[in-house]
Amino acid sequence: MDLIKQLINGIQVGSIYALVALGYTMVYGIVKLINFAHGDFIMVGGYVALTVIPVLVSAGLSPWLCIIVAILFCALLGMATERVAYKPLRGAPKISVLITAIGVSLFLQNLFMLIFSPNPKPFPNFLDYPPLALGENFQISFVTLLTILLSLIIMVGLQFFIQKTKMGKSMRAVSEDPGAAQLMGINVNRTISVTFAIGSGLAAVASVLYCSAYPLVEPTMGSVLGLRAFIAAVFGGIGMIPGAMVGGLLMGVVESLTKAYISSQMSDAVVYGILILVLLVKPTGLFGKNVREKV
Amino acid sequence: MNSSQQKKQKIFSWAVNLGAVILLYAVLLFLIGNGTLKRYEQGILMTICINIILAVSLNLTTGFLGQLALGHAGFMSVGAYTAALFSKSIPMADGPLKFLAALLLGGLMAAVFGILIGVPALRLKGDYLAIITLGLGEIIRVVIENLKFTGGAQGLRSIPKLAKLPMVFWITVCIVAVLFALIRSRHGRAIIAIREDEIAAEASGIHTTYYKIMAFTFAAFLAGIAGGIYAHYLGILGASTFDFNRSIEIVVIVVLGGMGSFTGSILAAVVLTLLPEALQRFSDYRMLLYSIALIGMMIFKPSGLLGTYEFSLTRLLRRIASPFTGRYSSGEGKREKLRQTEEAKG
Repeated sequence: MDLIKQLINGIQVGSIYALVALGYTMVYGIVKLINFAHGDFIMVGGYVALTVIPVLVSAGLSPWLCIIVAILFCALLGMATERVAYKPLRGAPKISVLITAIGVSLFLQNLFMLIFSPNPKPFPNFLDYPPLALGENFQISFVTLLTILLSLIIMVGLQFFIQKTKMGKSMRAVSEDPGAAQLMGINVNRTISVTFAIGSGLAAVASVLYCSAYPLVEPTMGSVLGLRAFIAAVFGGIGMIPGAMVGGLLMGVVESLTKAYISSQMSDAVVYGILILVLLVKPTGLFGKNVREKV
Repeated sequence: MNSSQQKKQKIFSWAVNLGAVILLYAVLLFLIGNGTLKRYEQGILMTICINIILAVSLNLTTGFLGQLALGHAGFMSVGAYTAALFSKSIPMADGPLKFLAALLLGGLMAAVFGILIGVPALRLKGDYLAIITLGLGEIIRVVIENLKFTGGAQGLRSIPKLAKLPMVFWITVCIVAVLFALIRSRHGRAIIAIREDEIAAEASGIHTTYYKIMAFTFAAFLAGIAGGIYAHYLGILGASTFDFNRSIEIVVIVVLGGMGSFTGSILAAVVLTLLPEALQRFSDYRMLLYSIALIGMMIFKPSGLLGTYEFSLTRLLRRIASPFTGRYSSGEGKREKLRQTEEAKG
């Protein structure tokens, strides 16, 4: 029974990682940039929800709407970040873009530290519904159920969007070859903006789910969560959407099992260890394709 | 210019720089002697020296070799803990000899880690290398936090405070001199060639793997020494000080100073250590300003303050002397002009 509980825990955390990892992977697929600030979008989403919930409640609206507000805010933030910080550097050496991304991440963290103070703040539990009972002493909490189901729906929806819609097709085209895509009449700038918006929106969903499960919001929460999700993305093969989903779920299960059966302090080391192993054995990840070096 | 003239010039330039360093040292001793530099100011100078060592060593990997490494604090912590454990447990009279031995041991241990990490990690490039070094740096921190003999989360206490400013000053000078000599040698040119184009470098017969690991390991060695100085200056150690943010701070110094310029790193290390002290009222805004500076720098001047330009005392002296001797007109000046026009173009 305990093992099943740990597995469900792992799947819950893993779905959150998967949602965040999708953002990393989509952005990487299209602009070949590791968006170090992506983890901080989660933190921003958490703070937005935190500020919006009392307003919604006092206006007589459902606190559930905070998810929508957080998604909109993060999507706008993601697009703005891309415009201001990353777009001027398109075509610049990778190292400069990477450093810029680190700069954006530091900026967001410190900005929110100034606005909301560095201390963690409690997150209101607005998902206070009775747990689902399965048998005698075995129940699944509502948050867990919601997290798993919502992530599943989002992943299926995203897969549909990428494969079947026109925008999804242009995203795939731009990630394949931006120059050729432009020649085919695809608006590359708009496609990149939409990608950032979707990725950041997913981060916002992940953040509300995460904050409901672990009800604390703090300015540095994004870097830890973001790093793990990023590892999940690399694990699955960065740039590959199914890879991010599988990688996220696997990472969550591994982490929760390590915490339960080995050592809770060493879970970070185990997670990084897996990352290093994967990078060494198959640098492109589980689902990645090998790219040959060209002169 | 024939080779004997070249040799003469080299000796002249070493002499000039040595003279300048001795002058700086004399000023330092004088200021300590007459009480202008008290403990607090000496502490700042010590931090500057540590940051200079960290920045120039990271510049070797990031600026000259062109491989972005985000785990420098990990090597620093290995060096710091090794040196601290050594000087705590070895029954030897406290003194400069013990200090140097501890530093050397710390550096060597960090170098061992550098090889262990570098051999697998340097097979990857760019983004992946950045992530893997980041991950390894974090693993080092987590492991130190969970081991018994490193004091766990409490850290190490009552490390003998052996770090004295004059000694640390000379160690820093030696490290910078060695790095300058290295980068101007055959090996240095090979390292720079790898940064410019790895495939072309390999095609011209440079053993790229060897040089990559050599530069990476040497940088780790120096970071270990910096860690050792840090441990013997503070007297206490905690693994949480060597986290990702510490690594980023070093990267910021290197990037702002200019990737590929040791003098740039030194300048940035001095400025970025002094600035927070001078602006203590704004300490809340410090990291915010850093991040804006980082983004702005990347967008408007991606090469950093000095780019790959090295400040040279000899060149300055010659330029001052040129109206009298008329000698400053040959290759040096032309090269300078060429570089300026190139910079204007690009």
